[in-house]
Amino acid sequence: MSGAFRIPGAGRLKQAKTARFSFDGQSYAGIEGDTLASALLANGVHLVGRSFKYHRPRGFLSAGAEEPNALVEIRRDAARKTPNVRATVQELYDGLAAQSQNRWPSLAFDVGAVNDIASPLFSAGFYYKTFMWPKAAWKNLYEPKIRAAAGLGVAPDQPDPDHYSARYAHCDVLVLGGGAAGIAAALAAAETGARVILADEQAEFGGSLRFESGAGIDGQDGFAWAQAAVASLKAMDNVRVLSRSTAFGYYAQNFVGLVERVSDHLQNPGRDLPRERLWQVRARRVVLATGAIERHMVFADNDRPGIMLASAARTFLNHYGVAVGRNVGVYTANDSAYAAAIDLKKAGVNVAAIVDLRDNPTGPVIDEARALGIEINFGRAVIRAGGKLRVSSMTVQPKNGGGERIIPVDAILMSAGWTPSVHLFSQSRGKVAFNDETKRFVPGAYAQDCVSVGACNGTDGLSATIDEAYAAGAKAAKDAGAKVAKGTKPKVDASESWSRGMLGAAPGAGPNTTVKAFVDFQNDVTAKDIRQAVHEGMRSIEHVKRFTTNGMATDQGKTSNMHGLVIAAETLGKPIPQVGLTTFRAPYTPVTFGSIVGHARGPLFDPTRKTAIHPWAEAQGAVFEDVGQWKRAWYFPKAGEDIHAAVDRECVTVRKTAGLFDASTLGKIEVVGPDAAKFMELLYTNPWEKLEPGRCRYGIMLREDGFIYDDGVVGRLAPDRFHVTTTTGGAPRVMNHMEDYLQTEFPHLNVWLTSTTEQWAVIAVQGPKSRDIIAPLVAGIDMSDEALPHMSVREGRICGVPTRLFRMSFSGERGFEVNVPADYGQAVWEALWAEGQKHGATAYGTEAMHVLRAEKGYIIVGQDTDGTVTPNDAGLDWAVGKRKTDFVGIRGMARPDLVAKGRKQLVGLKTKDPKVVLEEGAQVVADPKQAVPMTMIGHVTSSYWSENCGRSIALALVADGRDRMGETLYVPMPNGTIEVEVSGMVFFDEKGERLNG
Amino acid sequence: MLLIRCPYCEEERPELEFRNAGEAHIARSANITGESDDDFEKFFFIRSNPKGIIYERWRHMHGCARFFNAVRDTVTDKFIMTYKAGEPKPAKVPGVAK
Ligand SMILES: [Zn+2]
Repeated sequence: MSGAFRIPGAGRLKQAKTARFSFDGQSYAGIEGDTLASALLANGVHLVGRSFKYHRPRGFLSAGAEEPNALVEIRRDAARKTPNVRATVQELYDGLAAQSQNRWPSLAFDVGAVNDIASPLFSAGFYYKTFMWPKAAWKNLYEPKIRAAAGLGVAPDQPDPDHYSARYAHCDVLVLGGGAAGIAAALAAAETGARVILADEQAEFGGSLRFESGAGIDGQDGFAWAQAAVASLKAMDNVRVLSRSTAFGYYAQNFVGLVERVSDHLQNPGRDLPRERLWQVRARRVVLATGAIERHMVFADNDRPGIMLASAARTFLNHYGVAVGRNVGVYTANDSAYAAAIDLKKAGVNVAAIVDLRDNPTGPVIDEARALGIEINFGRAVIRAGGKLRVSSMTVQPKNGGGERIIPVDAILMSAGWTPSVHLFSQSRGKVAFNDETKRFVPGAYAQDCVSVGACNGTDGLSATIDEAYAAGAKAAKDAGAKVAKGTKPKVDASESWSRGMLGAAPGAGPNTTVKAFVDFQNDVTAKDIRQAVHEGMRSIEHVKRFTTNGMATDQGKTSNMHGLVIAAETLGKPIPQVGLTTFRAPYTPVTFGSIVGHARGPLFDPTRKTAIHPWAEAQGAVFEDVGQWKRAWYFPKAGEDIHAAVDRECVTVRKTAGLFDASTLGKIEVVGPDAAKFMELLYTNPWEKLEPGRCRYGIMLREDGFIYDDGVVGRLAPDRFHVTTTTGGAPRVMNHMEDYLQTEFPHLNVWLTSTTEQWAVIAVQGPKSRDIIAPLVAGIDMSDEALPHMSVREGRICGVPTRLFRMSFSGERGFEVNVPADYGQAVWEALWAEGQKHGATAYGTEAMHVLRAEKGYIIVGQDTDGTVTPNDAGLDWAVGKRKTDFVGIRGMARPDLVAKGRKQLVGLKTKDPKVVLEEGAQVVADPKQAVPMTMIGHVTSSYWSENCGRSIALALVADGRDRMGETLYVPMPNGTIEVEVSGMVFFDEKGERLNG
Repeated sequence: MLLIRCPYCEEERPELEFRNAGEAHIARSANITGESDDDFEKFFFIRSNPKGIIYERWRHMHGCARFFNAVRDTVTDKFIMTYKAGEPKPAKVPGVAK
């Protein structure tokens, strides 16, 4: 037997399939097909959680996705701990282990419940007011306490071992919601042959047919019809049916995000199944059939475990075969709670009394309840509930005051009426309209190609719903381009009666300020809090919402928004539509990070780019650094070397003999065409027309504002062909910049641009022995200084493969850059390495490359420049063509501020103590004795220990730097001020003789 | 995710394939060195940032790689029309009162 409250013969689950589970360590039996909620209730367990702020004992309010209270942690193993799972949604599997949250030491005795007694401290606007307390008290006293107490559940502390998949889908008609309306719409659309997707958040389709025992369609019970109809839809090739799939967000142009929970309901999902699947669906038409959500009654202590929505009690009975109590009371302001009382009574549960706020309602359900002998009290209110860990009584009073009567009960079923679920409609940017007659917000003006049908559209009754939905499904398919339908509309044989209800606080919600009549259960917001917010000056519903946090919990106010709005409107003395509804935002229900991230994590989060020579460097024990997406060899330590020892050795060896450096990450762009030189003239500051084929030039690219954007050596291979190099990080944006000008400003130029970064592996060989290393491997290129001077380029072969051989230097030594097709990169590197070994060459990494270039005063764009540095600031005026009449940046460079005195100029800094290495980014001041805050005249951009110079070296941007040569400046640091002398930027081989050395 | 029609590919493609490239119809002067400081400021720094209809440049970055122009409503994010780079600013935008 799976629980004492399971009623034999009731519900739709097969009693034979027992599933064992545990809650807070206690073992229970349930049935396959149960939710955790129905299985706990079958065992008589109502107390399942503690509330967020007051730590009040809480039970189940609902049987579905709107559940605000019953949030638990599901533990599969040490890593798979999911907090805040709604027990009403979690399907039971054998071995499921759940824990309650937000309580210590136990659910029945929770120390945090002192908040309930101290509740005046925690009233509306608590956080805002607390922020105004003395700063010190906030920091030391209140914030730590609030932080420790705040939050729902505990985040997992290990990486998520599950995987999540993602699908894109396109369809003609997307139907969201699989109740009677959604199914009817899907049938009508599918019969036309249109591509249809039907999605529902529950495991089984049917929506409210799960509990509506009075519904009959096409000669069957409503729920049975739903199963048969969905089975027929599944059998159609043009239909995709998604269960356990929540449409959480409705975005522009009918783009809808859904999360399908693939395996959370399985005992052993296995590694081949994703946990969840994200569906991103683009639909020609969307049919919203999202139903309505029942509202609770707002009265004192309406949150006691055992008090729940009437439709929830019906669902637990009619679907799961579980009675939510043995002696239930009913508190209602509409007809639908009567049906719950009738179903329970017929199942053998005692119904102590129905308390109906309405004065003299009539109708078939009222007659039927009376005929069953249920006590009915009109014009009366339940003004408070008794009991603490479980409701024990309801106190009834005439609604306008009078004698009180206490009726013992073990559950209260309540219904204030139904709120259309307009969340997705509102997310689609549709405007809701208030229907004054029915007191409901329903879809008004549509912003997208969608339509609402059934309860979410304010349509009452099964017949009207199916008529509307079937017609809308057919029209959606037709509008999406499908043929006319040829099917038959489902015929409604029997349906339940519908009536309106009430909004806002019932008589049992106070005026008494100590009364806790909850509006928002998850955020512990009471009717009093909302009144107080208005009294404290909140006028807009958006302000009331933020001040009280009403509707801001993870349930997004599904049960609370309308009550909160109406209490605010009454307190303000304004009509409801004038106060207005708060905005609905995605997600409709919480979405896991996993489903959004999908496969894009770990190594798949961002691509890793590796050069052709990477495996060699790895085998040599190189330490790598990330440069953008590239992995670059940082330094090559030998046994016992730290980074400093390795870099010192690499730097010295390059200048003594030679070094090999993998420069493959340099951006490379081929600029080709009859107008290539003209284009280069416009994109770079330098002159290019007269550059002879076979020669190279250092180019500077500016933005239109006159600031340095990128730099690099450019080789002219032919009159109409340039081999452009860019910085490693700048390659994509330089390409974009060039394409932009070529396509939109200079489209008359006959030029093609091709990114060739990935096509060439680049091996820099630098140092006095560089030619000796390369020459034996080269064919077809005269390597003499006369034939191949510094800054020239030749095409030929190396190791038998094609090469573009550049004679150029980023070290100040005689140097070459060997470009070979990337596939040959490692082979050519290994051949060069073997030659290099004969001369004692080293491999060097990016750190040594940085030091060597700084010794020569060569800048790195993005390190020594920051987007506000002109060529003149960087000492690169020589690279600007003086006779040019146009290039990008020529006008920007002439702006008054860019030619004014006092600009920061790039200079060298030498510390007075040569052993001291400055910190990059450190500020430079002229007078170290001035008061703080000091006037900062510049900052250090590059700083290294130079073993070749036997001292530290630095580059800095300093105001009027070039006028300060030899001046002493100061770098204030936490451990004292460092004295520096302003110098030129070249620290090694000032005459540049080693380029031919 | 928005769908954007590339006037070169003549197809609606997802927003992810595109990059915005700032306001459209701001021509670079053929005699840029002759521009006054005020004119250069207007050309390079000043943008209209309207509430409502904006003319802007987009690039079909992960498609045909072409730059083109679009008319978009900054309130609804809706693309009203797109057209090729170099084509004149449309005199009439569909569905928008002049
Ligand atoms: Zn395109």
